[in-house]
Amino acid sequence: MIESLIFIVLLAAGIYWFSKNIRTLIRNIKLGRDVVINDQPGLRWKTMAMVAIGQSKMMVRPVAGFFHILIYVGFVIINIEVLEIILDGIFGTHRMLAFMGAFYNFLIGSFEILALGVLLACVLFFCRRNFLKIKRFWSAEMSSWPRSDANIILISEIALMTAFLTMNACDMLLQQQNYSHYIKAGSFPVSSLIAPIFASLQPTTLVVIERFCWWFHIIGILAFLNYVPYSKHMHIFLAFPNVYFSKLLPKGTLNNVTAVTQEVKLMLDPTLPPPAVDANAAPMRFGAKDVTDLTWKQLLDAYSCTECGRCTSVCPANITGKKLSPRKIMMDTRDRITEVGINLDKQGANYDDGKSLLGNYITETELWACTTCNACTDACPVNIDPVSIILDLRRFVVMEQSAAPAELNGMFTKIENNQAPWQFSPADRLNWKD
Amino acid sequence: MNVPTLASMLAEGKTPEYLFWVGCAGSFDQRAQKVTKALVKILNHTGVSFAVLGTEESCTGDPAKRAGNEFLFQMQALMNIQLLQGYEVKKIVTACPHCFNTIKNEYPDLGGTFEVIHHSMLLQQLINSGKLTINGGTFKGKKVVFHDPCYLGRANDVYEAPREVIQKLDVALSEMHRSRAKGLCCGAGGAQMFKEPEPGSKDVNVERAEEALELNPNVIAVACPFCMTMLTDGVKNFNKEDAVQVLDIAELIAQAEEL
Repeated sequence: MIESLIFIVLLAAGIYWFSKNIRTLIRNIKLGRDVVINDQPGLRWKTMAMVAIGQSKMMVRPVAGFFHILIYVGFVIINIEVLEIILDGIFGTHRMLAFMGAFYNFLIGSFEILALGVLLACVLFFCRRNFLKIKRFWSAEMSSWPRSDANIILISEIALMTAFLTMNACDMLLQQQNYSHYIKAGSFPVSSLIAPIFASLQPTTLVVIERFCWWFHIIGILAFLNYVPYSKHMHIFLAFPNVYFSKLLPKGTLNNVTAVTQEVKLMLDPTLPPPAVDANAAPMRFGAKDVTDLTWKQLLDAYSCTECGRCTSVCPANITGKKLSPRKIMMDTRDRITEVGINLDKQGANYDDGKSLLGNYITETELWACTTCNACTDACPVNIDPVSIILDLRRFVVMEQSAAPAELNGMFTKIENNQAPWQFSPADRLNWKD
Repeated sequence: MNVPTLASMLAEGKTPEYLFWVGCAGSFDQRAQKVTKALVKILNHTGVSFAVLGTEESCTGDPAKRAGNEFLFQMQALMNIQLLQGYEVKKIVTACPHCFNTIKNEYPDLGGTFEVIHHSMLLQQLINSGKLTINGGTFKGKKVVFHDPCYLGRANDVYEAPREVIQKLDVALSEMHRSRAKGLCCGAGGAQMFKEPEPGSKDVNVERAEEALELNPNVIAVACPFCMTMLTDGVKNFNKEDAVQVLDIAELIAQAEEL
């Protein structure tokens, strides 16, 4: 009875904090500019099915792709077990769903095999990350926190899976001894292999270990659930909406700024009526200086990034030693919007910390190294678009600050004066034919 | 060289099938001019009805847009759209993937919808329809590497057209490790063409030329005037300009056919 009560309190607290974290996250994303993305729902669902659910882009790197899918499938399916754990916890029962008989045995057996798969994959990923010096896991932006974050996630999953299998091993031994309420239920293809370790223990000790693992498992899951919103691991939830709302146009298409169109049309034809201006609206910036100048989709991109670095490893600028790293663009955007959110909670809406994404986080040297080649957007397994953020920051530098590099200002002037980015007279355009 | 302008054709009451959008590089860059001429020779040879804008042509605005100058881009775009619509242009062919991308993807939203193809696609069509027949020729048996332009490949998913055209020349086409969707940029996109590279350990075009040269090709085939400049410089960096030619696919065809 008291156990059920403790369980219910823990479960309620875990879910409450998680929903609070998620509400903050959604609030932060909504600090971005509004943009309507509701076209082609059929294609959007299809893209989500392929890229997010089917993980099509992960398999470009087959080894990492395979083990990632193993963890993903394991994570989703083993969570069915959590349902039983919750029911048992609330009602003080043991293996409440055992009445399903053979199907229950099949489920538990499958969970065990998947748990072993997840365990092995996580150990493998941990070793790969820490002992193999894979360049993209050790680049500049992968400072101590991003590296620890990755390790915390992998170690948590290893611990959770170990607890799950240990729990089953003890449970199986207790079942064999017909001990107390440990009814015969489940099949244990994996934990039966580790059961000999515990075989010599007294039933009372086995019960203690089994209970400890049970509590460790569920408290671990609740703790992990509340760690995720503070980590790069949010991709497990956000990958799906992020891919759904991702760009469907050819990758080369960069958006046209509507506010600019209005002004340019007016310049070309002054007889046009000026657009209606909402006197209460804050004057809009051209381009982006800070995260709140970006759209909610760009902020969703940032929270969906799990820092795998596939973008950076294919970026021509990064490969050739430039400061630009598309992953860093996404990490900076996420860290800044999180900071803006914290300021909002602590200092209120009118507080200005004097910082901005451009300058305090991302430097102009990084911006001007991009070739807009879209290798990063092609490589991203969840269709994140760093190019759009780079472009919006460039737009601010050029249109609001008039601070483009001198050579680019020269190119602009030439286009303005002689309709070509080089110094040639328009009258000479056809001279090539002679 | 027979290069009709839209204005002259209109005066004669004729409308060409294609507007050949030459682009700034194709018009003014001495190396790219040769590509422009090669393409015109192919168009004349195959009897494709085309015209150019000549002195009326203007930058599409691509480098301005990618450098963040949306005002200048839209000024260019809206003026170009007005001009093209004035001439009732329906179909456009261009040898520049940047012009191709901008007109195809960024003009419709501003009111200008045209059917735009890259010259690799037109050459492919001409070969498939039998209008352009190639009999091996000069490049038979030569080792060719094709470098995907970002704005043709990744940006617009055109990977096969240039390859099909090259393969018609009976050459040994080999692929770099980074090709098609994984192709490495030449380093010129996003307005980099018009500025010095940011500080780094290497130039992008050198990295790319190195990758192409590892395959010991006779020819590095390109399909973009910017890639042409970057890879030509990259090859020079390794002092291989005498052994390895950098040629546009239009030049490959024109030279093979001795046009």
